[in-house]
Amino acid sequence: MKYIRIQTDAIDTGVELARLESLPGGAVASFTGLVRDDNGVVALELEHFPGMTEAALADLADTACARWPLLGVVLIHRVGPMRLGERIVLVGTASQHRAAALEACAFLIDRLKTDAPFWKRAHFANGQSGWVEAKESDDQAAAIWDK
Amino acid sequence: MSVKILYFAGLKEALGLPGETVELPAGVATVGGLRDWLVGQGRDKLATAKNLRCAVNQDMAKLDATIKDGDEIAFFPPVTGG
Repeated sequence: MKYIRIQTDAIDTGVELARLESLPGGAVASFTGLVRDDNGVVALELEHFPGMTEAALADLADTACARWPLLGVVLIHRVGPMRLGERIVLVGTASQHRAAALEACAFLIDRLKTDAPFWKRAHFANGQSGWVEAKESDDQAAAIWDK
Repeated sequence: MSVKILYFAGLKEALGLPGETVELPAGVATVGGLRDWLVGQGRDKLATAKNLRCAVNQDMAKLDATIKDGDEIAFFPPVTGG
């Protein structure tokens, strides 16, 4: 089961993870990314490349399913404006056992951060805003999975 | 040949446009060649953008990727989702 969605609405973690818990496995792992207070950030605006985004996420899900014995993958990414503390992304995996679910979940979020065309614009408490710069540490984290 | 160009995020903002359809002269055959040609047309920001990324028909591509008539080529900064 692969469930991939780009949405402007808030992400309901309980509803989305229930999709994985209803599968016949014994393990569900998830990662939730939140809007963080980096240097006074009060809100984010997420832009994406419609079409390519969905294809890139589907590719990632396919790759994870080929590499680990997964029963299900949930990839949900929010776009548009969101406030401090709100959920940006949810990655969920289901498998018979925890190792595959946990590893695949880590793989999916590491690769999503370098392979999927999303861009963050940060809004600060002082009224200023600017595009978030990509981090080299994200490239390094994604490259670990090349091995 | 004619190709459709798309710009995203900070690059779209810096250039002041989301995209354009351009008629290319003979000899422009790669993404890198297209970028150089666009810089010559006044899209200076494409020359100075840090770690410029691109996609051909919605697949990530390198600057040496070849392009053909009707392709959609996107230029954008490194991605920052998740």
